Amino acid sequence: MIVEAGHFALALALGLSLIQFLVPLWGARANDPVLMAVAPASALAVFACIAFSFLALTFAYLNSDFSVLNVFQNSHSAKPLIYKISGVWGNHEGSMLLWVLILALFGAVVAISRNSIPMRLQANTLAVQAAVTIAFLLFILTTSNPFTRVVPAPLEGQDLNPLLQDPGLAIHPPLLYIGYVGFSISFAFACAALIDGRIDAVWARIVRPWTLGAWAFLTLGIAMGSYWAYYELGWGGWWFWDPVENASLMPWLAGTALVHSTVVMEKRDALKVWTILLAILTFSLSLLGTFLVRSGVLTSVHSFAVDPERGTFILGILILFIGGSLALFAWRAPMLRQGGLFAPVSREGALVVNNLFLATACATVFIGTLYPLALEVMTGDKISVGAPFFNFTFLPLIVPLLLLLPLGQTLAWKRGNFLGTAQRLYAVFGISILATMVLFAFSYGGPVAAPLGIGLGVYLVLGSLNEIVTRSWSKGTPLSAAWRKARGLPRSAWGTALAHAGVGLTVIGIAATAWGIEAIGSLKVGERLKGGDYEVRLERVIPRVEANYREDAAVLTVFRSGHEIGTIETMKRLYVTRGMPTTEAGILTIGLGQVYASIGDAQPDGSVGIRLYHKPLVLLIWIGSLVMAIGGGISLTDRRLRIGAPAPAKTMPSAAVPAE
Amino acid sequence: MTRKQRRLTLIGVAGCVLAVALGLVLYAMNDTIVFFNSPADIQAKSVQPGTRIRLGGLVKEGSVQRGADQQITFEVMDAEATIKVNYKGLLPDLFREGQGVVAEGILESPSAFRADSVLAKHDENYMPREVADTLKKQGHWQGEADASPKTQ
Repeated sequence: MIVEAGHFALALALGLSLIQFLVPLWGARANDPVLMAVAPASALAVFACIAFSFLALTFAYLNSDFSVLNVFQNSHSAKPLIYKISGVWGNHEGSMLLWVLILALFGAVVAISRNSIPMRLQANTLAVQAAVTIAFLLFILTTSNPFTRVVPAPLEGQDLNPLLQDPGLAIHPPLLYIGYVGFSISFAFACAALIDGRIDAVWARIVRPWTLGAWAFLTLGIAMGSYWAYYELGWGGWWFWDPVENASLMPWLAGTALVHSTVVMEKRDALKVWTILLAILTFSLSLLGTFLVRSGVLTSVHSFAVDPERGTFILGILILFIGGSLALFAWRAPMLRQGGLFAPVSREGALVVNNLFLATACATVFIGTLYPLALEVMTGDKISVGAPFFNFTFLPLIVPLLLLLPLGQTLAWKRGNFLGTAQRLYAVFGISILATMVLFAFSYGGPVAAPLGIGLGVYLVLGSLNEIVTRSWSKGTPLSAAWRKARGLPRSAWGTALAHAGVGLTVIGIAATAWGIEAIGSLKVGERLKGGDYEVRLERVIPRVEANYREDAAVLTVFRSGHEIGTIETMKRLYVTRGMPTTEAGILTIGLGQVYASIGDAQPDGSVGIRLYHKPLVLLIWIGSLVMAIGGGISLTDRRLRIGAPAPAKTMPSAAVPAE
Repeated sequence: MTRKQRRLTLIGVAGCVLAVALGLVLYAMNDTIVFFNSPADIQAKSVQPGTRIRLGGLVKEGSVQRGADQQITFEVMDAEATIKVNYKGLLPDLFREGQGVVAEGILESPSAFRADSVLAKHDENYMPREVADTLKKQGHWQGEADASPKTQ
């Protein structure tokens, strides 16, 4: 019964979304506050309906109600509770339901922040948001209904894909979706501005926190996915340039550009048309990512079920929204008043360069991801575009951007002085070059990329923090006064510095992978495998039986330079219901590095295959991402954003002061 | 600088970056892209030894041999041809005889292939799409058993 109610609530949400789409749009056109006020009310109602529907499905999972097809196919009564909950979105139908739930959640939050958003803008924004909700609700109800029943009801379920039976499933998809779907708000605001034909710094100030929030969540979601793949797949890799990963990287790159361009718009009332376009493109890339992952054009752990009908439907949504919004852009953008131009050497000039590089890098990822699909459709040739392509095209575009980053962050608004800026960074340059040379000397004969990359990372970290130091301390200032001053700096300054330092930490982590060591061998009990300074000894192989799987666990003692430093266990599991084997890597964390071992097949002579890695500083890759997201979060708490924008746009200066 | 000069500077810089990116992409397209081939394709297209390719097909029953230190050889076949594959490393969990596989590496001779990665399947139903397509084309596709009961 609850399941049917959930289904009904979903259909009700569709009807309410239609109201949320049509009435406010008309109201904004007719300038009727009563009609416009329908927008927030209906947005809240849509959210309530979808939330109920989601809870109904969760209820079916918790009760192992196998008369629901979706539960039968993806759950099992012996599955631990956490995977019963996270299993709700560990399948196609449920994950689409989570998608619209988050879409509706964002709509609801826009609805309750009515005091800080002008009414017309809010009405138009929620109408556009409703259009997206309608499309995805139709998609769920017609092609991916999670509430379909099975008659007769099976006694036991088919269990969740074992690779997904991991705490990662509870965290990664929600974080990623909040990021992906969060950009729908920037998109809706951009379309609303185009419908209204008016855009100004107030718009940028309203949109920026949404974009920043979505960006921070997307950063966390991608990092979490990367770490999950790293420990779960047992190959020791953390990024494979797999199309599914690229599908999340593209909106991240565009979103990063958007976060920066809205700053320019807010502070200098410039880059308006570009910012609007970028907001549209960012969400379009999110939609494209959803299409790539969910349609089955790519086969991966993310494409739960391949069904051509679904692919066609999402492609339709994709074309409708990308085509529609770009057409709207082409029609209305020329009417937007252009902002002022500005000096090339200035903070805003640097941010333009940032946008240029990020957008171009995003384009190369786009080409590398979609070219194989296009080629196959056109010529039938099957190709794979892998890491070599992306390393060759992406890195040369990102490295110059990173080199310019601390300079850009130090430049003044309006008119910067390049030499003066460089002087403020002398110490940073010096220390980074010194660090590179010292590392190079110590690792002489090793890969050159590692010291160079770490040098770049150190430069980024110091360059970002230098901004805080030079703004709060000068020669002769007592430290206590400097600390007070630093604490008084705007939160956005701290957020920027932290986020950029996070980039540096990630760069250090990535560069240090060049020092990684890999060894492989077949071990009998008591035998050893050596990789660099590290060594493991196979102690024993223990068979175990758990609730929904059985496993053989290899216990390894880890030695560094001959001294015992710990033990790790790596398992070969067999999930009984699906008859599917998985490998669980054993990981020993030493400082920021990790010793990583995974078990292979048992050999006829009684030995087992063991692959051993040592990965120095590898944790910095994800710590850096975390710091980036925290930086974004701190920026969000900036006073300027908390207090909200002054309401009527009329009081804004009518023309931007030209930057001369 | 006048307004016009500024605009030109911006367009110039953007043009340069885009041109560099385009150059990189075109160069990489020639150099880093790996074609997918079935054993029959390799003979039909007479792929040159030394070429980096992705090889896909079925693992021949009874062909997997394990040597010392995780040296593994197996044969990949389709309806028309068979190629011997050498690989050192751990095989993915779902690697099985008689099942589909995709290996990436260097073609050493028309009948021998050295793989540096053997791609994993993500679940037991998953047949690499390229392999499935090839088999369908050759008329050897039986389809996957539909495990789910009829829905109402």
